[in-house]
Amino acid sequence: MSQVTEYSEKVMDHFSNPRNVGEMENPSGVGTVGNAKCGDIMRMYLDIDENQVVRDAKFKTFGCGAAIATSSMATELVKGKTIADAMEVTNQAVMEALGGLPPVKVHCSLLAQEAIHAALWDYSQKNDVVIEGLKAPVNDIEETEEYYQTPGE
Amino acid sequence: MDKLIYMDNAATTRVEPEVLNEMLPYFSEEYGNPSSAYSFSGRIAKKVAAARESIAGAIGAKDTEVFFTAGGSESDNWAIKGVADALKVKGNHIITTKIEHHAVLHTCEFLEKHGFEVTYLSVDENGVVSIDELKAAIRPSTILISVMFANNEIGTLEPVAQIGHVAHEHGIVFHTDAVQAFGHQPINVDELNIDLLSASAHKLGGPKGVGLLYVRSGVKLSNLIHGGAQEKGRRAGTTNAFGIIGFAKAMELATLGMEKNNAHEAQLRDHLIKRVLEEIPYVKLNGHPTDRLSNNANFSFRFVEGESLLIMLDQKGICASSGSACTSGSLDPSHVLLAIGLPHEIAHGSVRLTLSKDNTMEEVDYVVDSLKQIVEWLRGMSPLYEDFVKKNK
Repeated sequence: MSQVTEYSEKVMDHFSNPRNVGEMENPSGVGTVGNAKCGDIMRMYLDIDENQVVRDAKFKTFGCGAAIATSSMATELVKGKTIADAMEVTNQAVMEALGGLPPVKVHCSLLAQEAIHAALWDYSQKNDVVIEGLKAPVNDIEETEEYYQTPGE
Repeated sequence: MDKLIYMDNAATTRVEPEVLNEMLPYFSEEYGNPSSAYSFSGRIAKKVAAARESIAGAIGAKDTEVFFTAGGSESDNWAIKGVADALKVKGNHIITTKIEHHAVLHTCEFLEKHGFEVTYLSVDENGVVSIDELKAAIRPSTILISVMFANNEIGTLEPVAQIGHVAHEHGIVFHTDAVQAFGHQPINVDELNIDLLSASAHKLGGPKGVGLLYVRSGVKLSNLIHGGAQEKGRRAGTTNAFGIIGFAKAMELATLGMEKNNAHEAQLRDHLIKRVLEEIPYVKLNGHPTDRLSNNANFSFRFVEGESLLIMLDQKGICASSGSACTSGSLDPSHVLLAIGLPHEIAHGSVRLTLSKDNTMEEVDYVVDSLKQIVEWLRGMSPLYEDFVKKNK
């Protein structure tokens, strides 16, 4: 299967020219999800202002074309949103914004959602803020090797 | 970018123009079915017979021992299922390796569901099978040993002659999947103690859709494809005349040019390996450092993922392949890379470059320069690299 021909133009654009790549000095929240064993690790940094608005987002990703593109799109989608609205940036939203993903790559969009949630969780813990619908990330690459299993593959 | 640098010759090769010319008359002019009675077909049957004789001669076999198939996968299936069925009264044990092509591995897994027992030999860090481990695995019920001639991913050459010798000492049939080696390495079936050998035309400048199985006289083998009486009643299906004719021409050219082509490819390969290892940090060469196919280089670049690397190479006009999970649609990286002991995260960052006689030194330099840029770019984006750098500060 040729990956290049299966990816949408938007995916290829975000892969070739990823937005918001980088680290953040003192992030309001940072989260890392996935694991290297499965070939995908996504780290998201969020800078959140006093009004609980995401001022900036950065990412670093080890993974395939879809993983990099979904990371890039996820950072674009959360920027400027309140933390409550950032919760609405689901894997479905990321996927739609990218014009879809090949079926075997859908798990990459789940990872993007997890990365946003993990970064928000870090922020909520540091600032004693309760974000509705947010649960503690079940995954932590330092603690578990086997976090990420996609059923049916 | 109009540039196309093809370095995936283990996946398939370009049909040589001379091969194509040889085949062309057999599409619309000499299109008869070689099995038919009239002379229009008879002369095609003669051409097919000559092709069979030519290929058999190139490997030291008799023409009655060469059977044409639809490709390497069919040949592997036939060899393994055919021996299993023919010798099931004698035993139910098969020995193979963990690094075989899926055409062998999945066939063995299929047989395991039907009462056969299979031992999958491990390999060392270079991908070489241990003769001692092979000997220890042999049981009274062992009916077949199947070990590939050269690995398709990492290029490692297996000690085929020794394996065949051990097999014959125990009266066991020896099959080798020689798809990557056929026309690239000197092969004499007698000297190498080979009973069954699979090959495919499109890996040596021939057309896709045609392969062969060499079957030593006297080796018991049940049929796989039932139907007509083609291939002396051993393999049904209308004779693929132009495919076979192209295969023979490709083998003729490959045999004649083997020494020269291998020297050229090895020179490029060694330059490629030297530059990559010297100029890119945190990289490992996979496969045996010297006992490998002259056209194969396989690297693992730490902290980057193979599919991303392949797409970026593609954007620079370079065709390569990877053992990354993401290129196979599963979550596990290549079984070969895991078998040589690579951790998952390093196996994910592997890239295979396989050369041909048509590649040039300029192309190799362009590929290395591109790899340097791409790996640096992807590492800049990698949280694994970020952590590594911080840890080592």
